[in-house]
Amino acid sequence: MRGRHRFAIPFFRYLDEEGRPEDSLPLWTRDHDLLKAIYESMVLTRTFDQKAIALQRTGQLGTYPSTLGQEAIGTCIGLAMAAEDVLVPYYRDSAAQVLRGMGWEEILLYWGGDERGGNANIHSRDLPVCVPVATQLSQAAGVATAMTIKGHAGATVVTCGDGATSKGDFLEALNVAGVWHLPLVVVINNNQWAISVPLDQQTATASLAQKAIAAGIDGVQVDGNDAIAVYDALNNALEKARHNAQATLIEAVTYRLSDHTTADDASRYRSQDEVRKNWQHEPILRFRNFLHGLELWDVEQEQALLQNCQKTVDAGVDKYLAQKPEAPEAMIDYLYEFVPASLESQREAIIAKAASLNKNHQGA
Amino acid sequence: MARQLSLVRSDRDTENEPSGHQENIVEGTLVEAVNLALRHEMSRDDSVVILGEDVGANGGVFRATVDLREQFGPLRVLDTPLAEGLIAGLSIGMATQGLRPVAEIQFMGFIFPALEQLVCHAARMRNRTRGRLSCPLVVRVPFGGGIHAPEHHSESTEALLAHIPGLRVVVPSSAVKAYGLLLAAIRDPDPVIFLEPKRIYHAEKQRIHDNGQALPLDTCFTLSQGTDLTLLSWGAMISDCREVVTKMAERDIAIELIDVATLKPLDMETILTSVRKTGRCVIVHEAPRSGGVGAEIAAEISERALLDLKAPVSRVTGFDTIMPYARSETVYMPNTRDIEHQIENTLGFG
Ligand SMILES: Cc1ncc(C[n+]2csc(CCOP(=O)(O)OP(=O)(O)O)c2C)c(N)n1
Ligand SMILES: [Mg+2]
Repeated sequence: MRGRHRFAIPFFRYLDEEGRPEDSLPLWTRDHDLLKAIYESMVLTRTFDQKAIALQRTGQLGTYPSTLGQEAIGTCIGLAMAAEDVLVPYYRDSAAQVLRGMGWEEILLYWGGDERGGNANIHSRDLPVCVPVATQLSQAAGVATAMTIKGHAGATVVTCGDGATSKGDFLEALNVAGVWHLPLVVVINNNQWAISVPLDQQTATASLAQKAIAAGIDGVQVDGNDAIAVYDALNNALEKARHNAQATLIEAVTYRLSDHTTADDASRYRSQDEVRKNWQHEPILRFRNFLHGLELWDVEQEQALLQNCQKTVDAGVDKYLAQKPEAPEAMIDYLYEFVPASLESQREAIIAKAASLNKNHQGA
Repeated sequence: MARQLSLVRSDRDTENEPSGHQENIVEGTLVEAVNLALRHEMSRDDSVVILGEDVGANGGVFRATVDLREQFGPLRVLDTPLAEGLIAGLSIGMATQGLRPVAEIQFMGFIFPALEQLVCHAARMRNRTRGRLSCPLVVRVPFGGGIHAPEHHSESTEALLAHIPGLRVVVPSSAVKAYGLLLAAIRDPDPVIFLEPKRIYHAEKQRIHDNGQALPLDTCFTLSQGTDLTLLSWGAMISDCREVVTKMAERDIAIELIDVATLKPLDMETILTSVRKTGRCVIVHEAPRSGGVGAEIAAEISERALLDLKAPVSRVTGFDTIMPYARSETVYMPNTRDIEHQIENTLGFG
């Protein structure tokens, strides 16, 4: 039997497990400042992650989804995107969000239960973190459509997890991106797990990237723990989006070294052994070895970086903890542009109730 | 290679735009009024974009968007792939970037895949970004029974939407109302679900002043003054209510007919003022009885005007059952006799 269509999914990896180049590196890697920036952002992201978990464990933060082991993805997105591009993130993209201008304190505010964590930078067109799995994908297609309609030169980047690829929104967004030639880059953080459900229970396909084929767009798979490969794939996809109006699906294969969130206990459904093995592939050590190999990094630089990261994170935490609660009527004030007359009395009731709760609290 | 879709912004789009004061009077039906309003707003505002299934070459299955693609080009009238969740999600993404999308969902029975986007995102975008982003989108949805349509083509599930904080739910009851309210909905800075009563899409031609004048949202319209009873309804049932009001007037019964028009947020002040005057109230809607918008209005009246009431507030509604297929739909639908009967009961109370 002869098939009508054949396809192959390209796979990219530049650094081996020890951080040694396997292949000739892309030209942009000659920019050593960029290489260092990648490393620094990954380390900062992990420093923040540890701190956020500590805050949660001590009752100072709500449920928080760790990015442990997946730092290369958010970092490379944040560094590869241009200011005029738009990011439509899910909840493991704090690295990208901060690189695009959000403060760490805002990330903490969000997970600390404060709507002001929805990105206060009034100039940003980025969407806030998306919790209902995969719904961000069709919105991102809408953002990219707006760019096309307005003749805007930018691209839209949207992220999701491996579990999200099972939802209709994922396939619908890829499909329309193909039909309309949208300047869209879809990045899957394939961390092998959707809470307790492993990838082989989400899909029978050999890769997630191949789902692009059915939508008529390009799909590539990269080693998501190799920051060179992730950045390069993003760079190429962004170029294609901006100049050729072509969408790309990038599957970044990585591993969730943490629990799903601080409310999860992954030991219920996966072995320590599996986790231990995956620690050998994690992105930061690999990249440090790479920088060592290029003689771009030494122990002193490492010390200084760790100290700086700690300082940056501490400053964010201080700002977060010092933030006074928002006025309670804000829960009504941002519902519509103007408070409808019919809500005035409920607005008053909210103010009164908050005041009485405050009084009781102080009295107790 | 250039972008495949390139914005067609022909001169006539902007130059032949009717000025705000120009009086262009059109005799038109409700669905024609929708088309007029869309055309007017697309001429006036480049950021208004239409999207949905079959809205382009076909002009929509009810012809609401007819000829708009010819006039404004394929980048402002987008035939989407067949996916309602996508249509809503696209609209949200577009709205956050400064466009004013007007999406069409072909029938209310098919809106459900879009609900997640509307409830979890459109309604919340302003709130969860503390005003940084907003969702000035309109979702137009033909709804209601009475046209002998197939299964899933006749439902009235407005209460599902009217329950959601952050949404506006608007229902026109005539061609003139459709024109003015749709303009208002498109100009509104927040998401509006615009429910079009398809039973009266072609019912009556009215003189529509195509002058770009919007009608107010969040406001009921008092259609007739009266002191004996307040009759509340919206959408297609307003036509039946009007008939009853005329008939009752011949019997010297003065009914105050109020077109609720915006179901979310509700203009209870107009309703309460009327009920305080008449002391009697009947609410009419096609949707099932329990948990309908009528229940909300009745509860508000009982909380805030109990002592002004001379009779219990009562409802004439569809039954708490699945919308029957065409052969039995007249049994399900409230009719003028049901309304009359309930009015007589309410007037005779006590
Ligand atoms: C529509 C929807 N269903 C369920 C959930 C609860 N939930 C949150 S995260 C998650 C797993 C997502 O897995 P994946 O897409 O792989 O992303 P990951 O968390 O692994 O990064 C689930 C089921 C949700 N947020 N949204
Ligand atoms: Mg996952």
